[in-house]
Amino acid sequence: MSNNKLKRADILFSSYSVAPYEILKRTMQKDKDFVINELTESGLRGRGGAGFPTGLKWKFFAQEENETKYIICNADEGEPGTFKDRKLLVEVPRKVISGMAIAAWACNAKNGIIYLRAEYNNLIPELKKEIEVFNEYAKKFNLEFNVEIYSGAGAYICGEETALIESMEGKRGEPRNKPPFPIQNGYLGKPTLVNNVETFAACSMVCRYGAAEYKSYGTSDQHGSKLFSLSGDSPKEGVHELELGMKVSDFVEEYGDGDTKAVQIGGVAGFCIPRKEFDTTIIGEGNTTGGATMIFNSTRSMYNVIHNYLDFFAEESCGQCTPCRIGTQQLLKGIEAVKSGEKPESYLDDLVKLSKTMKLTSKCGLGQSVTNSFSSIVKNFREEMIY
Amino acid sequence: MAEIAKIIQEKVETYGRERKALIPILQGIVAEKNYVENQDMVSIAKALDLSAADVYGTASFYSFIENEEKGEFVIRVCKSITCEMKGKHKVLKALEDELRIKLGETTHNKKFSLVETNCLGLCDVGPAMLVNEEPYTHLTPEKIHDVISVYRNK
Ligand SMILES: Cc1cc2nc3c(=O)[nH]c(=O)nc-3n(C[C@H](O)[C@H](O)[C@H](O)COP(=O)(O)O)c2cc1C
Ligand code: SF4
Repeated sequence: MSNNKLKRADILFSSYSVAPYEILKRTMQKDKDFVINELTESGLRGRGGAGFPTGLKWKFFAQEENETKYIICNADEGEPGTFKDRKLLVEVPRKVISGMAIAAWACNAKNGIIYLRAEYNNLIPELKKEIEVFNEYAKKFNLEFNVEIYSGAGAYICGEETALIESMEGKRGEPRNKPPFPIQNGYLGKPTLVNNVETFAACSMVCRYGAAEYKSYGTSDQHGSKLFSLSGDSPKEGVHELELGMKVSDFVEEYGDGDTKAVQIGGVAGFCIPRKEFDTTIIGEGNTTGGATMIFNSTRSMYNVIHNYLDFFAEESCGQCTPCRIGTQQLLKGIEAVKSGEKPESYLDDLVKLSKTMKLTSKCGLGQSVTNSFSSIVKNFREEMIY
Repeated sequence: MAEIAKIIQEKVETYGRERKALIPILQGIVAEKNYVENQDMVSIAKALDLSAADVYGTASFYSFIENEEKGEFVIRVCKSITCEMKGKHKVLKALEDELRIKLGETTHNKKFSLVETNCLGLCDVGPAMLVNEEPYTHLTPEKIHDVISVYRNK
């Protein structure tokens, strides 16, 4: 269902001084089960892309009994077109850290780690200062929760939670089979809660406003506010906080440059929506909610766009499973062959089939999602693939 | 060599003589001399009781762990689609002209290396690049000379 217009929200970036730690303090006076229940009630879903209900994840994590439990804030943010997590860590780090601390308190975990991608290493000095500020408050509130920063080493796949854990354990960042899930068997075999940066900040906001009010934002399927990283052919590039449930056409009207031909929703792992579908596509319904939104105007070659994406996938595939390792390379070679006339136009259909096979047979979300952008671009911009 | 042994020693003290110390050790060596030589990997393998092949297999997985000698300043230009749309090619050309090397190469004096990288998370302020850890945004060919000059004199 669409709410038929674009609604801005100002929750996540509203300014503060110590308010996030006031929220932590007030929350800690409540009952733990009540707080986890509130999160479930709020309808909040993970903002890292997979969209798993956050309250449920915390509930399972709270049920794990173990002296050592880890809370990992996933700040690997490698999806091309995404930069919201960086902005949160720069502008409202206390909301993120207080969200982690609420999780620690509610689920009885003592170890926190911010997994920061190597490209964001320049943020470390400021973040360390913020952690010291937090430590002061934690001491005051009698909360035993130690937060560290772990710097990544440059690999997109390490944003996938099990690959992230493998890399922290000193191995190649290759995704594991699930189950077991990190909640039961994560970092060093211990129960581990992995949430996205924005998810933690949103948790803190749910605790501030209460589930009922938070839920009143968005639509019946998609609750709350969501950050959109907007880039491309737009005069308003940047991070925008919007209520969920708007049509692509509303989005384009507000943020396009008047000549929009396609909008990529949910980053390169998401879908590319052509102009003719702007009116019928609702952002967040059936397409991923990662939040990276790229606008292309009519001067752009969609062949170049998909070529760029495939280059990215081929390079960042961890290589562990054959459909993804070989498939990404074959798709890239395939579109080049059609473009040069070496292969007939109908070869594109074989390539789409290949991408669908990758969806069925790849081990993790990287290989599984290539078909989203590939099929939508090849289908909607077929002439551009050929001529 | 002495420095490398010291880095290994320090990280082992922090992380334990365990596999989870591996990436911090590799990162420490890169911070010291910009790349990890095969010989260093053998030393790490001994210290952590791993095979050297295992250390190499892990190190080569990550793009910020270089195995070939790099310059003191590694320039990583973002090649994602939005930076490309905003003129990455021209910026890259200006860098090649300024440094007199091609993409992927290192200057003779071992001061600069020029590489491309995937999304830097600076899409709204592209074209963007990193010089070691420092981000540069809204780049134009005209700005390149000034940026590089700062590092030339360091
Ligand atoms: C290829 C791939 C890359 C991912 N990259 C990220 C990332 O950069 N940041 C993130 O939070 N989640 C990323 N995820 C999702 C994580 O696996 C995980 O679902 C998420 O961190 C859970 O947090 P959430 O429930 O708060 O969304 C990625 C998943 C896949 C398959
Ligand atoms: S789908 Fe691709 S990235 Fe994922 S595990 Fe398989 S090879 Fe690795």
